[in-house]
Amino acid sequence: MKKVYERNNIALDMPSPYCPGCGHGIIHRMVMDAIKEVGQADNTIFMAPVGCSILAYTYLDLDVCQPAHGRTPAAATGVKRALPDSLVVLYQGDGDLAAIGTAEIVHAVNRGENITAVFVNNAIYGMTGGQMAPTTLEGQRATTCPEGRNPMLGQGYPIRVCELLQSLRGLYYAERTSVHDAKNVLKTRKAIKKGIENQMAKKGFSFIEVLSPCPVNWGMTPRKALEYVEKEMAAYYPLGEFKVDGKIV
Amino acid sequence: MAEKVLMKGNEAIAEAAIRSGLKCYFGYPITPQNEIPAYMAAHLTKKGGTFIQAESEIAAINMVYGASCTGARAMTSSSSPGISLKQEGISYLVGAKLPAVIVNIMRGGPGLGNIAPSQADYFQSVKGGGHGDYRMIVYTPETVQEAADLTMKAFDKADEYRNPVLILGDAILGQMMEPLIFKEPSGRTFDKSSWKLGNRKDRPSHLINSLSLSEGVVEEWNWELKKKFDLMTEKEMMVEEYLTDDADLVFVAYGTSARICRAVVNQSRKEGYKTGLIRPITVWPFPSDVISKCTRKTKDFFVVEMSLGQMIEDVKLAVLGRASIHFHGRPGGGIPAEPDIMKQLKEIMKK
Amino acid sequence: MAKKGKIEVRIEHCKGCGLCITSCKVDAIALSNAGETNSYGYQYLKMVKDTCTGCTLCAVMCPDQAIDVYRE
Ligand SMILES: Cc1ncc(C[n+]2csc(CCOP(=O)(O)OP(=O)(O)O)c2C)c(N)n1
Ligand code: SF4
Ligand code: SF4
Repeated sequence: MKKVYERNNIALDMPSPYCPGCGHGIIHRMVMDAIKEVGQADNTIFMAPVGCSILAYTYLDLDVCQPAHGRTPAAATGVKRALPDSLVVLYQGDGDLAAIGTAEIVHAVNRGENITAVFVNNAIYGMTGGQMAPTTLEGQRATTCPEGRNPMLGQGYPIRVCELLQSLRGLYYAERTSVHDAKNVLKTRKAIKKGIENQMAKKGFSFIEVLSPCPVNWGMTPRKALEYVEKEMAAYYPLGEFKVDGKIV
Repeated sequence: MAEKVLMKGNEAIAEAAIRSGLKCYFGYPITPQNEIPAYMAAHLTKKGGTFIQAESEIAAINMVYGASCTGARAMTSSSSPGISLKQEGISYLVGAKLPAVIVNIMRGGPGLGNIAPSQADYFQSVKGGGHGDYRMIVYTPETVQEAADLTMKAFDKADEYRNPVLILGDAILGQMMEPLIFKEPSGRTFDKSSWKLGNRKDRPSHLINSLSLSEGVVEEWNWELKKKFDLMTEKEMMVEEYLTDDADLVFVAYGTSARICRAVVNQSRKEGYKTGLIRPITVWPFPSDVISKCTRKTKDFFVVEMSLGQMIEDVKLAVLGRASIHFHGRPGGGIPAEPDIMKQLKEIMKK
Repeated sequence: MAKKGKIEVRIEHCKGCGLCITSCKVDAIALSNAGETNSYGYQYLKMVKDTCTGCTLCAVMCPDQAIDVYRE
């Protein structure tokens, strides 16, 4: 029999550094696959955030830059401007991107920086142990909203980031995908690859939001967590393209 | 070549930076340093460099972080409130061992304060305004010429030590026009191939970060950093001693305050008072030994600062009770006046 | 007739999350029994039937790159 699927060797020979069933592992794989397909591993600079995926450097055999919490889009800007022909992959969680680093992502997009962003929306602060995130759903529990997020208590509404960024003219491509089943995982890979090809063609900012499970901090089994992504998250965060070739869809 | 030009301090810093091979400048508008970004926008881009007006000082320092990761010479500038915002980034630069040049053209504070000259960011600069155990070289130019010279030096030292370097001036230095001659940059080159990111070929992957969750690793990093800080302390201290040999009283002041004290020394000597000046050119590393040695012959030190008194604490540590220390300070944008200092000097000398 | 396939599991890399199992349409895979664990203490993935078609979807879902897939 022929080998038809094998591990991507951009990763070191180890399991991912994440919890069992964590979406980061799946999404890392899709990023690696996209980078490999375009043959750019030696030319990639992976911009890791502060969040669980700060551990990317322990797993990925890529040049990695790891700046302060939320500042990754600014640092990615510096990297890309200094080395315009490198492939800059920006990888951020929802706390990093949509709370502490809101200004940095908005302005990196608005400048039309020629980089590819992968935004992992798991609706929670994973690394610090399950606090409310800007994307935590209404009614979803977290350690800092133990009764469930309630906008009426001043806890704010879950932010739809693709929709928020959509109007910015610097945004060339945006799509929201999910990893709740294999079909959607493959769609995620396609979207990331498209974002990377856009960068190689110097088209501007590509933004891929991925809905992702955090079973540990959601207090669910990995399988239940996938269901939650599909039934609850995707209901509030519609999947699909938001911007293609610089045009709103 | 080597022609005399007339420039504002801010512009001289910007031009010196470009001549030093600056590739990327990132900044955010704030008075009294606005001439630096404006100069960069006009001139750096023409030389093929990058200028970005960032969305904040926080973004600017992190853009510096990113650019520096690739081995490019990178710089940012601001004034006091903006420098406060950069403290997180400075701590990360030290932690990640990244070279960078940062300019603070100080203004009155705390808070929004005003746009008048000040030296109230001394503690922030030399005691680590950001978190963690860190140090960086802090240059305090007195003249526009020295601002240009030290800017060129700052880029070399940042690369040599893989550490940020701060140029600490004030609104007067930034705004005043003086003639200067740009020196040739050193031409020193630094091999960054063992750590910089990008263009990877036949080498292991590189990592720029300041985190490790493995036991003992961060402590080990700190000991490594200490070795570097010790080396800087040993080799990078710069100080000017002006007429201290026979002085009964020695002023200790830096930057604009030193300029004022120099005038007071000259005037007071005409009136028969033997005074001198110790002028730290680096406030970190601080010229403690020079001051300490001076206590053998001088029993009065007179610290002048444009603040409520910050450097005076380092002078006290150097003097260690072996001489009297006097102080004249003007906070919140006030400028020490020669007659006021002279009057206080005469009272001290009467005793 | 459906194609024949098989998987190989890097047992030491498997964390027993079971995400792969959700994507298998022919019930070819299951976790090992409780007590039957890898050296990290995780139950691990096994082929339990020879119905595998080599569709690769289980491997696509695996967060830990624990599965290689073969097909005729
Ligand atoms: C300035 C600062 N504030 C707070 C933290 C603590 N912190 C680390 S990760 C994190 C949140 C990460 O959540 P998210 O971005 O959603 O990523 P995830 O861990 O869920 O993947 C926080 C608040 C920090 N490292 N730095
Ligand atoms: S805490 Fe959540 S996001 Fe972090 S590694 Fe675990 S499952 Fe993944
Ligand atoms: S998805 Fe991977 S880690 Fe999880 S049970 Fe299956 S093989 Fe093991």
